[in-house]
Amino acid sequence: MRRSGRAALSVLCGSAVLFTATACGGGEDSTAAGSDDNTITWWHNSNNEPGRGYYEQVAADFEEANPGTEVEVVAMAHEDMVDRLAAAFQSGDLPDVYMERGGGELADHVEAGLVQDLSEESAEAIDKLGGNVSGWQVDGQTYALPFSLGVVGFWYNTALFEQAGITEAPQTMEELYAAIDKLKAAGITPISVGAGDKWPAAHYWYYTALRACGQDVLEDAVTSLDFTDECFVQAGEVLSELLDTEPFNPGFLTTPAQEGASSASGLLATDQVAMELAGHWEPGVMQGLTDDGAGLGENTGWFAFPAIEGGDGDPEAQLGGGDAWAVSTGATDGSVDLVNYLLSDEVQTGFAENDMGLPTNPAATSAVSDPALAQLLEVRDAAPYIQLYFDTAFGQSVGGAMNDSIALLFADQATPQDIVDATMQAAELEK
Amino acid sequence: MTEVTAAPAATSSGAAVTRGGADAPRVTGRRQGAKRRQRLEILLFVTPALALMALFVLYPVFSAARMSLYNWKGFGPMVDFAGLDNYTRVLRDEVFTDAVIHNFIIVFASIAVQLPLGLALALLLNRRIRGRGLLRTIVFVPYVLAEVIAGVVWFQLLQPRTGLLEQAVSSVGLPVPDQGFLGTPDLALATVFVVLTWKYLGLAVLLFLAGLQGVPDELHEAAQLDGASWWQVQRRIAVPLLAPTIRTWVFLSMIGSLQLFDMVWILTGGGPANATTTMVTYLISMGTQRSNYGIAGAASVVLFLIGFVMALAYQFLVLRRDTKADA
Repeated sequence: MRRSGRAALSVLCGSAVLFTATACGGGEDSTAAGSDDNTITWWHNSNNEPGRGYYEQVAADFEEANPGTEVEVVAMAHEDMVDRLAAAFQSGDLPDVYMERGGGELADHVEAGLVQDLSEESAEAIDKLGGNVSGWQVDGQTYALPFSLGVVGFWYNTALFEQAGITEAPQTMEELYAAIDKLKAAGITPISVGAGDKWPAAHYWYYTALRACGQDVLEDAVTSLDFTDECFVQAGEVLSELLDTEPFNPGFLTTPAQEGASSASGLLATDQVAMELAGHWEPGVMQGLTDDGAGLGENTGWFAFPAIEGGDGDPEAQLGGGDAWAVSTGATDGSVDLVNYLLSDEVQTGFAENDMGLPTNPAATSAVSDPALAQLLEVRDAAPYIQLYFDTAFGQSVGGAMNDSIALLFADQATPQDIVDATMQAAELEK
Repeated sequence: MTEVTAAPAATSSGAAVTRGGADAPRVTGRRQGAKRRQRLEILLFVTPALALMALFVLYPVFSAARMSLYNWKGFGPMVDFAGLDNYTRVLRDEVFTDAVIHNFIIVFASIAVQLPLGLALALLLNRRIRGRGLLRTIVFVPYVLAEVIAGVVWFQLLQPRTGLLEQAVSSVGLPVPDQGFLGTPDLALATVFVVLTWKYLGLAVLLFLAGLQGVPDELHEAAQLDGASWWQVQRRIAVPLLAPTIRTWVFLSMIGSLQLFDMVWILTGGGPANATTTMVTYLISMGTQRSNYGIAGAASVVLFLIGFVMALAYQFLVLRRDTKADA
């Protein structure tokens, strides 16, 4: 689900005007166009039931509690929403309430004056969400309220693990290598990765960096964009080690992440590989890629990214990210109230009961019913800290360069040092 | 002057004597009116096209050129003026220079492979052989197919291990690369080129066949009467007379190869390890994926200039011969 809209947008722009990139740019008007009347436009990506119906009910309840205010709900498929948002950012004509993914992306939007500061008007909600909002803060101010926050880990096929004689989920890299050997010996491809889309490959490096570097080093790097600490090179070395065990599906360099049966998610969903590193969206994605709509069903297993020997990072720390509601500059009055309402105990509990994601309001966490999501929720809440996906944290320019060079390492065309160099070079552009 | 002033007088008097003198200016006036009307008509019919052209071609070109001078993320005001920095960045970026090389490899490979292949097929299909219609259709169908659909189909066919094509190759005992044909950096560009050839050979054959229809039968007959073999007739008569068509095809192929995007995007996305990046995949990923719209703008201007210079040079050096011949 995450980020797969980019390809579609690119194709669209590319074929429209081949010679120029202008068709996808052009807008200079930075003032968001809030409507004059009392209609709040709200774009969301809960396009399927029960989410769609639930949000309609939420909007109706809000209208009833705020007479004279109307909420215009626009439900879109995730990819469509990402595309339309990109266009809206460029034209400056944003919906009143929309989704932000945090980090550098958000910081760019803040800098362009597109997003409202919610620090004061949403103080109560921010207080309740606690550390969960940190990914949506810029210079100490909060610009969006996360409603779903998930973590990345290994999803695996319990039946195939059993078949290969693996009794316990790996907790260290050595145990992971042993599991890979066992799976290969049993004639099973151990892991699938959609390196064709780059970010799934990049998640490996993010994790090795998270395990190799201490929290203070990472936090410093996110703000200073300085990656000179040795642990970043170490991260690449650990990843090279993993690559040397040749654990991935054949043709992984061009495999897409989650589109179609031959994608990384498709391979896991159809029993062709034993595991895949992916986020909380994976069960849902796999369900969409199997004929019976069940994904891996009862064979679905999950374990956290293993610890690295000699690494400074906390093995309990997780890589993750989430979705947050933001209010655009110049939005209709009451938009912030709507966002506050969306994060209320009541709405978040309903969100959890419908298994629409991993709720951020502590009052709602116990309401999650899906066992896989409930397990993730435990891991997430036990984590000392959650590192936002680096590419989101650094923004597209630096994050994109980082992903590109990690993909090169996967293709054996770059060294661990190259990843650091390429990232710092891209960061130079930002300074 | 006098005639003109005389004209109304003549008309009012109705004198036959002045008729001859008065008629001439009246005709000129009518002609001028007709010309003006013609011009108005031209303007009327051309304006919408010109307006669209300005809106969708000229404006984007200038806008891209302007964008290339700024550091811009795609939203907010365009204020961070960078001068020619983006051009330096693009030209120093190995990924881009490699992309230019890839484009030129495709340009030359197309001419070196598709031209002889297309010509041979056209000459063959121009003969009265059994199943000619079917063969022509088979060759032409890939060209009609949408590029995106063809790309998706080939992507599936080329899947490592499970793809039909790989299975076919390995079933006859030939080795298949570990990463598959598209996933191996050394093979990816060649594989993309094979798919492009499959896709675009039909266009070459179609054009050449059309060109061959223009070769008068008398020439063939005369040559045959002189005892020339089929091969001699093709080599000495058909191919030389086909030269203008070939030159046009080369031009189209050249421009198409420079703009190569869809097929690469679907098959490899420019990877693995940038082995198949083209100028357009570079600028699209720099723009929409990396939000470096200034760099994307600079790359698009460079692409535009390369295309423009090549088109001009080709027009001047090669195609001019054809227009001269017509004149």
